[in-house]
Amino acid sequence: MSLAVPTDLEKEIDERITHYPVSKRSAVLPVLHALQHHFGHLSDEAVEWTAAKLELEPIKVLEVVTFYPGFRQSAPGKYHIRVCRTLSCAMAGSYDLMAALCEKAGIDRSGVTHHHPIAVSEDGRFSIEFAECLASCGTGPVCLVNDDFHEAVSDVNVLLSQYP
Amino acid sequence: MSAITYKSGREPHAKEHRVVFRNIDRRGWDTSIASYMGEGGYEQLKKALKMPRQEITDEVKKAGLRGRGGAGFPCGVKWGFIPPTNTKPVYLICNADESEPGTFKDRYIIHQDPHQLIEGMAIACFAVGASLSYIYIREEFPEGAQILERAIAEAHAKGLLGKNIQGSGFDLEIYVHRGAGAYICGEETGLIESLEGKRPYPRIKPPYFPAAMGLYLCPTIVNNVETLCHVKHILEIGAEAWAKTGTQNNTGTRILCVSGDVQRPGYFEVEVGKVTMGELINDMCGGLKAGRELKAVIPGGSSAKVLRADEIFTVGKGDSARKLTIWDIPMDFDTLAACGSMAGSGGVIVIDDSRSISWVLNNINNFYAHESCGQCTPCREGSLWMKKITDRVVAGKASPGDIDTLEGVARNIDGRTICAFGEACSWPTESFVEKFRKELIADTRPELEGAIVNAETLTAAAGL
Repeated sequence: MSLAVPTDLEKEIDERITHYPVSKRSAVLPVLHALQHHFGHLSDEAVEWTAAKLELEPIKVLEVVTFYPGFRQSAPGKYHIRVCRTLSCAMAGSYDLMAALCEKAGIDRSGVTHHHPIAVSEDGRFSIEFAECLASCGTGPVCLVNDDFHEAVSDVNVLLSQYP
Repeated sequence: MSAITYKSGREPHAKEHRVVFRNIDRRGWDTSIASYMGEGGYEQLKKALKMPRQEITDEVKKAGLRGRGGAGFPCGVKWGFIPPTNTKPVYLICNADESEPGTFKDRYIIHQDPHQLIEGMAIACFAVGASLSYIYIREEFPEGAQILERAIAEAHAKGLLGKNIQGSGFDLEIYVHRGAGAYICGEETGLIESLEGKRPYPRIKPPYFPAAMGLYLCPTIVNNVETLCHVKHILEIGAEAWAKTGTQNNTGTRILCVSGDVQRPGYFEVEVGKVTMGELINDMCGGLKAGRELKAVIPGGSSAKVLRADEIFTVGKGDSARKLTIWDIPMDFDTLAACGSMAGSGGVIVIDDSRSISWVLNNINNFYAHESCGQCTPCREGSLWMKKITDRVVAGKASPGDIDTLEGVARNIDGRTICAFGEACSWPTESFVEKFRKELIADTRPELEGAIVNAETLTAAAGL
């Protein structure tokens, strides 16, 4: 199975690679970001496609994918939520926020582990994980929903209703 | 220039001295180059391009600008480490990987005043002779990355970046490079590995001092967002005038971020050392929450050693020695170091008497266990062990002896790793155990002493 990368996306990726005139390998992260943004996660095919694009052995790409918490190897929900878990947000109630979000969105986090941090709702609408410090400690608890940032989240109904 | 007004409820506190944060929360201000150039934006870059390069570095040195990212190292001195005989390309990287828990200042510069950063970077690039430069921004700032890319395109269109800038013969390209959620990328050699497309395993120093052997093994300067912004202001008002703000050896202003148990958390740009911890908490943040008392403060991001509310700190030597309570501490690099902690990244986390110390330490240990890159054994194993022990403490399944084990683990990480993450992860445990041993032990159960700790014995011991 090869990866079906749309022409526009490949053009964007090719342009990003030009930002690294010294070493194409430097473009691993931007290429992976572009693919994950489009496909939702990074499949084995995406890893192989990236490796071929940048003329690297696939392991050089895979080791990057498995290291960084920002890359995922399984499909998230339509809306992926990242709740800040770190101290100031935890003091502001981020663990309660996580529990409320899971209850409302119908997500069971009991199978979550260090290597599989993401839980998906049965209907596939939402997925969720804890993130470490999102650098907005003065307005906790905070979370990201896809690329949208939300501060001082108090009402999970209001938050989730924005994402049909 | 019209008088600056700020959005309602977002006005700077009277004790603030806004320089880098001048345009944050400002009415009528936006991220466009028109807004920026309407108030003299990029004039300092134009001036710099006509100066001898060494003179810019000398100004930054004379100003005494210390890095605002965490270590407080003198910026101009860092620039001066590029070998004079160097013939390789030089790179400059802006460290926008803001991720030290408690720190949230660069976020606002990036999202509200991106051109200030780009102008500071361009001046710095010219000074050190870098024609290729990257902004390494954390992945969790997706909007920030877009704002910066737009700003770079605008600067390009105005001939302020690109080839032969303003006819000076100086070329500069700045690109935005997004990280992928790893705290270790804030460590400069880890960041460089990441920018080379690898796992961000920090490099050992020596020989890999970035100024000599950094990106692609060429001389590389890595500076924090706030630090680079200051470069512009130093040129604007001159090193001497700039150094008149702040205090001796702790010059200029810096942004303090306060979070945790205060009435009004927030960010405050103050002259370094001119505001005390008491003024910061009581005046600027509206004090503690009703009916609460101060228990502890983590003064410079979560890796800074904790200060206990009732400690008496002795600072200075000989005749100039003086005793300070936590409220009296001037918020500067040297005094916080003399108090046994550090000013770090400027992230001040306030902890009141409603908090369990075991819970706070466990939260911090979770962070470092998650973020250790795994390259050095003491840190990879130790950070996880510290987390597991404090997990047991908060679950009521630890014995008093576990606290000694916890301390022993921490002391065997510190100083035994390639990068400063070893200190960052062990200092919280070392200082919490030293200062709150009684409280930690109170959360343990003596009857578990000597018990073999596995799931079965724990279950039996807990009577479950």
